[in-house]
Amino acid sequence: MNTFIKAALLIAGISISACTNADRFDNTDTVDLTGGAGVTTGALGDASDPRSPQYFNQTVGDRVLFVVDSSSLTAAGMATLDGQAQWLMTNSDYLAVIEGHADEQGTREYNLALGARRSNAVREYLISKGIPSSRIRTLSYGKERPIAVCSQESCYEQNRRAVTIISIAQTS
Amino acid sequence: MIVRLLTILAVLMLGTQAIAQAPLRLELSEGVIEPLPFAVPIFQAEVAGSEQMAADISRLVAEDLIGTGLFRQIPASAFISQHASFTQAVAFADWRAINAQALVTGAVAVNGAQIIVKFRVYDVFTGTELGEGLQFVGTTDSWRRMAHKVADAVYSRITGEAGYFDSRVVYVSETGPKDNRAKRLAIMDFDGANVQFLTDSSAIVLAPRFSPTGDRVLYTSYESGFPRINVLDVANVGRQQLTTQPGEMAFSPRFARDGRQVIYSLANGGNTDIWRTDLTTGQHSRLTSAPSIETAPSFSPDGTQIVFESDRSGNQQIYIMPASGGEPRRISFGEGRYGSPVWSPRGDLIAFTKQNAGRFHIGVMRTDGSEERLLTASFLDEGPTWSPNGRVIMFSRETQGVDGASSIYSVDITGRNLRRLATNGGASDPSWGPLQP
Repeated sequence: MNTFIKAALLIAGISISACTNADRFDNTDTVDLTGGAGVTTGALGDASDPRSPQYFNQTVGDRVLFVVDSSSLTAAGMATLDGQAQWLMTNSDYLAVIEGHADEQGTREYNLALGARRSNAVREYLISKGIPSSRIRTLSYGKERPIAVCSQESCYEQNRRAVTIISIAQTS
Repeated sequence: MIVRLLTILAVLMLGTQAIAQAPLRLELSEGVIEPLPFAVPIFQAEVAGSEQMAADISRLVAEDLIGTGLFRQIPASAFISQHASFTQAVAFADWRAINAQALVTGAVAVNGAQIIVKFRVYDVFTGTELGEGLQFVGTTDSWRRMAHKVADAVYSRITGEAGYFDSRVVYVSETGPKDNRAKRLAIMDFDGANVQFLTDSSAIVLAPRFSPTGDRVLYTSYESGFPRINVLDVANVGRQQLTTQPGEMAFSPRFARDGRQVIYSLANGGNTDIWRTDLTTGQHSRLTSAPSIETAPSFSPDGTQIVFESDRSGNQQIYIMPASGGEPRRISFGEGRYGSPVWSPRGDLIAFTKQNAGRFHIGVMRTDGSEERLLTASFLDEGPTWSPNGRVIMFSRETQGVDGASSIYSVDITGRNLRRLATNGGASDPSWGPLQP
């Protein structure tokens, strides 16, 4: 009885460059955002200029925080989002990507789903304030992108967030 | 580069199979507490120049067996006879005297790039051979696989169950600090050797899952900027992407036993549900439609049911539903939250992650939710995956704090033999592939 076996080493020697073509199988998206999700490119501008992204990030506030395992907007969160909505109304050439995040106290899959809930809560709120849904996209990073790394509530509360990333719409 | 192992059964000792009076048998179902003592004298070098390979292979066979926690190696210093010859009759009295219950003898011949490994397994106390002599032919760079195959045969002949040593694990290799972590897909042998990277670190990759035959890997990738599911062909690293619509996020995929159906989570408008796609026809169907989070689906081995987690009760719990969707029944009722359930390959148990009172656990329960047992406890354990024989579970463990890092651990389903896998750098999200043919 002979059994022929393809061994484990078939992938040896295949260079990594064979798999870096990120867009090869990518689907076309109807909304194209400069720099992709979570990455803004271009000048931030002067924070004293109310039309600058820097002003949006610092003065309006680009993020809202959530309590443990919740996607309900807090009163402070809603106040921030009122400012974001107003800014987006004024600066109608900007698109927004909303990133939902979770702290590390949860399983990977659940936190992805929780981050999706959080980003959607922000999206729904902005839409309710008059921002067209076509200008907003959402995604979740789950617990993959913490900004504070201690394993204590003082860090966790910063990581349970939804961040609005703005960028100029591409005209094509 | 195709390596061939040629298995020749029953050529070494035709017609001499003895009927043993009470053959050596380690009953795993009874919960082994006392490891069984065995001896593996260094395999005989049949051809000059094979000595190093013979020593390496016999050492790895012993390491595999010891690593199970079920066997204890008797050191060579205790041996009365070294049993250098593979062909001569075994002096059982010498092995009985040092209380070796099992004896593995072998011979190795290296001829250029080819190696031939022969071995026999003996029940020392009855003085009989367990099974028959076996021979593997392969290339020198597959020597670890040949040793794993010998160990699998020894394990199988003594326990009556299939082994798990000649298998591979796909996982996420991690480097860098917690707030800027780079992740790459990688494949390694079950013991951490022979690491091969499948992606670069330009995009986050999560939770790879082997196909039932180990030829493909499903995983979540952020290469498009949004989480989507890729199917990667292991042999040529070719990839395709599961179709998603704008605004959707896809994650937590898993194959069905047929290697054709894929179940996964799709988040749309903040609601995460379970979907199923046929990779051949591209047909999608939605299996859940509650406003709650439904994620982490896993097929039963017979493909008729799906176990998953849902927070429809208010927090994460485990449910089972028919493979075509339909009314789920909840099976977890203990304190805390239950997630990432995985059906065992034997069909009898569900492994899960439990979060309770600030601690994480890997546990198992029967498919009706009874006989829950927690196997581990730490700051953060998650993501169980089953060995091909359903006896061992691997999982991710992340340590606490600023310098927190991930490692892969394994634990026996009895809760014994917790071991950290030797990986180069951080490692998470293991998926244990099948026993290789």
